[in-house]
Amino acid sequence: MRVHVDAQKCQGHSRCYALAPELFDIDDYGNAHELNDGVVPAGLEDRARLAQANCPEFAIIIHE
Amino acid sequence: MTSIYGPVTDWEHDFDHADPEYNANIHQIWDDLLNKKQCPVAHTERYGGTWLPLTHEHVREIAYDTEHFTSRSVVVGTTKPSQFDPQPPPSPIGNAPPISSDPPFHAEARRLLLPAFSPKKIDPWASEIRRICHQLIDDMGDVQFIDAAQQYSQDIPVQVIARMLGFPVQDADKFRHFVHLVLESVNEDRETRLAKFMVFDEYLTHQINDHIANPRDDLTTYLLNAEIMGNKLSPEHVGGTIILLLVAGIDTTWSGIGSSLWHLATNAVDRRRLAENPAMIPTAVEEFLRAYAPVTMARLVRDDYDFHGYAMKEEDWVLLPFPAANRDPDVFQDPDTVVIDREENRHAAFGLGIHRCLGSNLARLEMNVAIEVFLERFPDFELDQSEEVTWSVGQVRGPRKLPVRITARS
Repeated sequence: MRVHVDAQKCQGHSRCYALAPELFDIDDYGNAHELNDGVVPAGLEDRARLAQANCPEFAIIIHE
Repeated sequence: MTSIYGPVTDWEHDFDHADPEYNANIHQIWDDLLNKKQCPVAHTERYGGTWLPLTHEHVREIAYDTEHFTSRSVVVGTTKPSQFDPQPPPSPIGNAPPISSDPPFHAEARRLLLPAFSPKKIDPWASEIRRICHQLIDDMGDVQFIDAAQQYSQDIPVQVIARMLGFPVQDADKFRHFVHLVLESVNEDRETRLAKFMVFDEYLTHQINDHIANPRDDLTTYLLNAEIMGNKLSPEHVGGTIILLLVAGIDTTWSGIGSSLWHLATNAVDRRRLAENPAMIPTAVEEFLRAYAPVTMARLVRDDYDFHGYAMKEEDWVLLPFPAANRDPDVFQDPDTVVIDREENRHAAFGLGIHRCLGSNLARLEMNVAIEVFLERFPDFELDQSEEVTWSVGQVRGPRKLPVRITARS
């Protein structure tokens, strides 16, 4: 599984960083980006889905 | 409070979001509009023409559409901006940047403030917020009855933002009165409001001048030194942004904390679950933010515009009730039930699009710490049925009197 943050849609709500800091980080302006080229380590798939389901801007994309 | 418009009898065609009945009965009013009257967009001639869309889809569309809807004024008032200010600040800037700004200037003004409010800058405030919360409870003394809105919720954000701006903490009452003036007395007459504005304006100028003479490590000095494209900010820009931080930072968070405590005071099962499992508080806070989102924003229609068959006129107000969007059954399962461990919760309490609440990380931290400390010190409490709960009036909704009886303390 891979995750990706659409930078055009992200508005810095920081939900993904709060729920899955292993998968996402944020810059000084609060904008999120995926870590590790978006590769989701085994066992963290549910965290990725949780982050996606909590993004108010629908900015997180998951490739299974 | 006297309204120049009088009480509302028809919420579909003559609503008034600043009628005291609106916030007090908000969920019933939305439900009647959406389900009984099949009215997803209400309208009123009050305030010179105002629209109230209620679905997540419509609210989202307007929040994203900066072409047809301008942020020049985001608090609905009895006078349109073009009437009270024939020579307004250049349209993309507005009087309280960046909330009153449109693209492309908006991004510049916002970029200036974002780093100061990023999670990594805000998180270190946790211990100071915790100290403030404990102090407020210590100050209550060993009493059984408290007002959780007046004696607790309202003081937390005021004290935090005063420290961030480098303003005297003992001036908290001045900030509160000013915020009340901006947000709650929107339907009082204009002359009275202007006179009160001038008093606060003088106070603000004094604080800014003091920072110019004595620079220090706080947000005010940061704004005075900040540059946009090589130019220092105008004094109007600095003053406007400080007003924004005060207004946006105080009433909203006070309301968020107060509504959460109101929920806990009226729901014994949720109260006990959280008191016994403080680790659940962050997820519960998101649900309180969804179900009791405090903030309804506003836009102005830029030019006459046909919005899905609704003939909006130039300079009509459009309310953006994010709290209503948060209860849309197309987006949230069982939206009118508060589920404190709701896992999927893409609520829009902090808005959507480019104007996402700049202080959202701070607000979340204050809410989390405030509720954690309250439950730690008062593991059990309930609504004091002998007194009345009162709700705010206007675009920010939260309890203004929250009488609570403490039944356990530690």
